[in-house]
Amino acid sequence: MAYLDHAATTPMLEEALEAYASAARSVGNPSSLHAAGRSARRLVEESRERIAAALGARPSEVIFTSGGTESDNLATKGVFWAQRASSLNRTRVIASAVEHHAVLDAVDWLGKHEGAVADLLPVDQQGRVDPERLAERIARYRDEIAVISVQWANNEVGTVQPIHALARLAADAGIPFHTDAVQAVGQIPVDFAASGAAALTVTGHKLGGPVGVGALLLGRDVPCTPLLHGGGQERDVRSGTLDTAGVAAFAVAVESAVKGREDYAARVGELRDELVQRVRAAVPDAILNGDPADRLPGNAHFSFPGCEGDALLLLLDAQGVFCSTGSACSAGVAQPSHVLLAMGADDDRARSSLRFTLGHTSTIDDVDALLAALPGAVERARRATAWKTPR
Amino acid sequence: MSGGVDSAVAAARAHEAGHDVTGVHLALARNPQTYRTGARGCCTLEDSRDARRAADVIGIPFYVWDMADQFHENVVDDFVAEYAAGRTPNPCLRCNEKIKFAAVLDRAVALGFDAVVTGHHARLGADGLLRRSVDLPKDQSYVLAVLTRAQLDRSVFPLGDSTKARVREEAAERGLAVAEKPDSHDICFIADGDTKGFLERRLGSAPGDIVDSRTGEKLGTHGGAYAYTIGQRKGLDLRVPAPDGRPRYVLSITPKTNTVTVGSREELAVDTVTAAKVIWHGESTPVECEVQLRAHGEVVPATVTVAGDALTARLHEPARGVAAGQAIVAYRRDAGGDIVLGSATITAGVRSADLETARV
Repeated sequence: MAYLDHAATTPMLEEALEAYASAARSVGNPSSLHAAGRSARRLVEESRERIAAALGARPSEVIFTSGGTESDNLATKGVFWAQRASSLNRTRVIASAVEHHAVLDAVDWLGKHEGAVADLLPVDQQGRVDPERLAERIARYRDEIAVISVQWANNEVGTVQPIHALARLAADAGIPFHTDAVQAVGQIPVDFAASGAAALTVTGHKLGGPVGVGALLLGRDVPCTPLLHGGGQERDVRSGTLDTAGVAAFAVAVESAVKGREDYAARVGELRDELVQRVRAAVPDAILNGDPADRLPGNAHFSFPGCEGDALLLLLDAQGVFCSTGSACSAGVAQPSHVLLAMGADDDRARSSLRFTLGHTSTIDDVDALLAALPGAVERARRATAWKTPR
Repeated sequence: MSGGVDSAVAAARAHEAGHDVTGVHLALARNPQTYRTGARGCCTLEDSRDARRAADVIGIPFYVWDMADQFHENVVDDFVAEYAAGRTPNPCLRCNEKIKFAAVLDRAVALGFDAVVTGHHARLGADGLLRRSVDLPKDQSYVLAVLTRAQLDRSVFPLGDSTKARVREEAAERGLAVAEKPDSHDICFIADGDTKGFLERRLGSAPGDIVDSRTGEKLGTHGGAYAYTIGQRKGLDLRVPAPDGRPRYVLSITPKTNTVTVGSREELAVDTVTAAKVIWHGESTPVECEVQLRAHGEVVPATVTVAGDALTARLHEPARGVAAGQAIVAYRRDAGGDIVLGSATITAGVRSADLETARV
């Protein structure tokens, strides 16, 4: 089997598994006052410090959450509510058109239910936001903007955004800027303080930690209304008993991924380049989507003209090659990717795409397995598009 | 895999027989919320989850294929158009003809699969003959008879030798959670089961006359002829009683004049059925056989003649409620399960002079 879907989730690192198992064997709620609680709290706070150190944040800026979706929702809704509470004019929410659905749907919901003006920033053909576009928005709507959210790197096509430039524009205008860095951490350099962002989303299971634990890095001076009310465990912004074992494993994974990032990027990037080159040789009309150079090291994303992505997925799956169409499903039905549509692709090209993502366990064998299966799959998928023609 | 018990067991049997099986659930609704919910239908999110769960238990890959556009064009729109033309369509039959054993099969073959396996209750053995299921009340050969030889050659019906009760037992034995799921009966794309309301929304109100077949007298009005079916007795709401006080039935629907013609039960009887769009499996005609004129209807002995794309059945006993648009399916009695000889779409039921004078 060849697992080429690390952007969906990647195997846990051995050291993270060990940290998890070790912490999970101990009892103790980090909010309890007795020794067992204190022991758990110590582990949580050490983990917080490790994550802060790895990502250029202060420990108090690390708010543990259940993962990327919660962090994205907290950053968009929570910051929106807090901004609007301070100034009724601040109802505009700006996000890039290629955000993950955790941001995009939260913004859409704010528009439909909270009186927000949802304002999507266009992207170029490689999926990149032009800082000029944001500068124009800020010049025009400066006092109306509640929050701006642009992902650090795209989860489908892997394009890296000019985050520093975008965050600076927002910071200069005094507008909170959130970035979803779920795909970026451990892949490319991410430094919260240096980025100038007010909030940053990171999650465990994309970098070798467990599923179900992540964090929102939230500047200490950034007001944010909670989504979850209760014990107020996380700076009163997020409630819920902390998952000590999950947090400990998450911290180990973040630290390992960030420390090993350069070697990882070199090795996986080389593997990815070989994958791209061989796919192009095998399927000469395949189109590489996203920025050819400034992209995540493990990401290769193609459109295969004349194919349907979900047909290719089925055929590759049957050959033990696991990849993704990269786009969201609705009732299990593949929708044309909003990312590719935003990049100017037509419906057919958007539906014909497939994402291959490499990770820390990837080897050349995975690339070999893909290339052994791909040409036959493409040929069959092309024949299968004929079914669309009504009789 | 609809999410029901039949297709789940069919998939399990095919898998167990050593085939390389992939489960496919069809997304047929353009907006899943508008279709029937719960266990009664075949197109909902819940059904999709049930199907996925069954595939996981069986241990086969599972995909949802979006056939909403094809389904709307070939089944839903056709359903509405047929009613508008005064005919009575069978959408399940149409779905088999155009979707399950056409669009799905074509795509599957292109992707490298050899056949489509379904949970229909019918037999299709090594002899290539389509036969009724051993479970006659559950038999679905009527809605499969529209399949051509080429389609049948790529179809597998693993359930034909089993009763529905046995299929449910087997589902339970296999740990399939759908074992107790109720059967679906109604039309999957009519969410509330109200066919008349569905047609009204699609076709609008079209008031016209209800007239007596013998006198031509106007007996009442209707809001749209599409709401009536040949043989229908209830819901006519006629203010003028029949002279003999006996019930009246819908005899014919004439879209051109938007007229519904009613008459006595005797007048409903026909002894000749003409049909078009013939699928015939090679038996030479005229042939003495049995014909079935609607889903789960009685069989009638008949002499069937096929000439080109026309089929004529001379019934040895009169039949009632013969509606244009329904299928006529010819069967030959056989101890190993009655054999489908062919099928066609009914164009008319005719009362011959004999029948007229006999006054059945």
